[in-house]
Amino acid sequence: MDLITQLLVAALSSGTPLLFATLGGILIERSGIIQLGAEGLMLMGAVMACLTYIHTGSLTLTLLAVLTVSAALGLIHSFLTVTLRVNQIVSGLAMTLFGTGLSAYLGKPITGTPIPGAVPKLDLDFLDSVPIVGDLFAHLDLLTWFSFLLVIVLHLFIHRTSWGLHLRAIGDNPPTADVMGIPVQLFRYGCIVVGSMLIGLAGADLLLIYSPTWIEGMTAGRGWIAVALIIFARWNPLRAMFCAYFFGVMDTIGFKIQLIGSAIPSYFLKMIPYIVTILVLMFLGYRNRNKPSGSPEALGTPYIREQRF
Amino acid sequence: MHSETYSLEMKQIVKRFGPVLANDHVDFACKPGEVHALLGENGAGKSTIMCMLSGVYRPTSGAIYIHGREVKIRSPKDATKLGIGMVFQNFRLVQTLTAAENIVLGEKSSFWRGPGWMKRKQEEIEAIAEHFGLTFPAGRPIWQLSVGEQQRVEIVKTLYRGAEFIILDEPTSVLTPGEADQLFRTLEQMKAEGKTVILTTHKLKEVMAAADRISVMRKGRMIHTLDKRDTNEKELAKLMVGKEIAAVRRESRNRPAGKVMLDVQNLDVYGEHGRKALDNLSLQVREGEIVGVAGVAGNGQKELAEVLNGLIPWKKGKIVFNGREFKDASVRAAIEAGISHVPENRMKSGLAGSLGVVDNLLFKSYRTEERSKYGFLRIRGNREWSQRLVEQFDVKTPGLDAPVRQLSGGNQQKLLFAREIDRQPLLMVAVHPTQGLDVGATEGVHRLLTDLRDEGKSVLLISEDLDEVMQLSDRILILYNGGIVGEVSREEADRETIGLYMAGIAQAKEEAV
Repeated sequence: MDLITQLLVAALSSGTPLLFATLGGILIERSGIIQLGAEGLMLMGAVMACLTYIHTGSLTLTLLAVLTVSAALGLIHSFLTVTLRVNQIVSGLAMTLFGTGLSAYLGKPITGTPIPGAVPKLDLDFLDSVPIVGDLFAHLDLLTWFSFLLVIVLHLFIHRTSWGLHLRAIGDNPPTADVMGIPVQLFRYGCIVVGSMLIGLAGADLLLIYSPTWIEGMTAGRGWIAVALIIFARWNPLRAMFCAYFFGVMDTIGFKIQLIGSAIPSYFLKMIPYIVTILVLMFLGYRNRNKPSGSPEALGTPYIREQRF
Repeated sequence: MHSETYSLEMKQIVKRFGPVLANDHVDFACKPGEVHALLGENGAGKSTIMCMLSGVYRPTSGAIYIHGREVKIRSPKDATKLGIGMVFQNFRLVQTLTAAENIVLGEKSSFWRGPGWMKRKQEEIEAIAEHFGLTFPAGRPIWQLSVGEQQRVEIVKTLYRGAEFIILDEPTSVLTPGEADQLFRTLEQMKAEGKTVILTTHKLKEVMAAADRISVMRKGRMIHTLDKRDTNEKELAKLMVGKEIAAVRRESRNRPAGKVMLDVQNLDVYGEHGRKALDNLSLQVREGEIVGVAGVAGNGQKELAEVLNGLIPWKKGKIVFNGREFKDASVRAAIEAGISHVPENRMKSGLAGSLGVVDNLLFKSYRTEERSKYGFLRIRGNREWSQRLVEQFDVKTPGLDAPVRQLSGGNQQKLLFAREIDRQPLLMVAVHPTQGLDVGATEGVHRLLTDLRDEGKSVLLISEDLDEVMQLSDRILILYNGGIVGEVSREEADRETIGLYMAGIAQAKEEAV
């Protein structure tokens, strides 16, 4: 494999957790709720995946546990932000701090235990002979394939279904949606719970595929990168895919440079994705300064019905 | 239809918002196939009662009957089921969705909505729209449509959902006189189809032009319901205000205008989303005159006011004020040069709602010697000064530290004027200064503006209320598509001419000098 192919393969594996988290975030934020709990949710997803897999050895149970726990956390976030109308930023930050702390505690006994090969790979042998495509897709795991499917499903859901139309209306203008008979609060609950499940799955993906050992704080800011990716992708699932892989490349490029044996300190190389985040934000901000940001207009504002408009 | 006289009846409706009684035992009824106008001043409770029909508010007590059967309207969904559709004053449209998407919003049928489905719906919508003489580009997102087009989308939305009762809340406040006439023709068509149209308004002319029957409300009570044939504008005005109002008088200045105070030349300004908001705009305001800027909302009024006050930059052209050219956009430079600003939305960019009276009054003068020393505010002096202003401008407030959010709209506006006038400005830029105010407060604001003019100050009055502009201005400029398309003097001002300019139909014959 040449360097480019190696980078692409690495982008795929390190970009997939980012993709899951970004997609979940998009779903949540499209409904008008700010999502800053991704880091905590991912850590909880990862630690749950590790714990369940070590104890049961069953992938089905593992995924089930991850989804249940992240749905429960999502339910808390929705209760706080939708029903109690708590400040969404504070609720999200609380979710991150809580997830970070709890995952560290739960993960203590299993730190460093490797769990190789939990997710089966889909072997497409006929692709082996095709250059690049073969390297990328011939032996991909099921979760990655699922992420591809998810991008398409989510895109069609948002832009091609009646529920998607409701969702877009709720995120931009909840009073209007309400007048049109759309159950705003119910939709918000649904989106937050399902979105949180996807973010939890991002953590599981990170642990089961990308680096199959639990280490405290192993997400290393990926949840925050996902928050930024939602904005780069302008709340669009298709763009989210490109953004996630772009950051996947940035994430691995540091390792590759280290392997080549450069004199740049490794700590500096680890900073690359974060520096790139800042640079990309500056670039996008400048290029799109006159365009609508794509941000749901009601993002961050709770909705109360009997209110003078 | 049976022998029933009324298709819709509201009996003894009471609505309270906390301690405020918005509707006090209101009775309202309309017949099938009529245009019924609900007339009243701002704050008379017209919108509140209509919001109860459309399920946005629930009545505190009282009953609603449709075709003789008592109904409970708990939500907008219930209202839709009962055939009630409302077009709100602030449109309920999702800006990023297309017109057609907005119309089918909330529809339950068909989970999957591919391009084929959307195309069929769009054709269906266009057919309804055409039938009622309401045209708009159904496939374009709302934010690209004009306000008039957005209103048509709203009306078609109610028709599409099969509404029998169509409520229009202040429909003409956003339209040019020409567009309003077109709307009235649509109402005739809807009437012919057996729809009942309820129209809330405070404009007498419209009522006489469009309505069959008229209900007048005042201070939350229903005063009277009359047949149009049995009444006239004067009687309605009296019922609406509760006292005889003087015929609209045109204030004229007591001395000729002086030297040019503000000279704007060939100004280009880009607004939100990189849209060209002002296009080669030139205007002049002299000392001792009120220049009115008329035009339909969204033709550059906001940007004009903002650029003059240094809030947004300009791309081309120049602004010369009091003989000095502004180099770049600077709010501080505008303030120090003596420009005062009464912005469009007083609670958004005029006052800080949660701060008290004193703080709000200090915003523009805290740097001066009298108000602060060595960077510290002079607390006692400032309180005395605020108290003086509150008395002088007759601001009714529970106290100097009460959050100004709690003041009524009229008192907020007086407070704002107190701050802006106390600075002894050379130019006052007032944008919709009487929006949402009752008759008394409106008169007060008008007096403040004419007093400024009589003191030899310049006033630029930007308003969508044509009557107001015609009443106060010495000269009227018409803003269309970001440029001044016409100028009429006080003497030659009439609604028709200005209306044509506002619609962009007429153009000034020669280039403005």
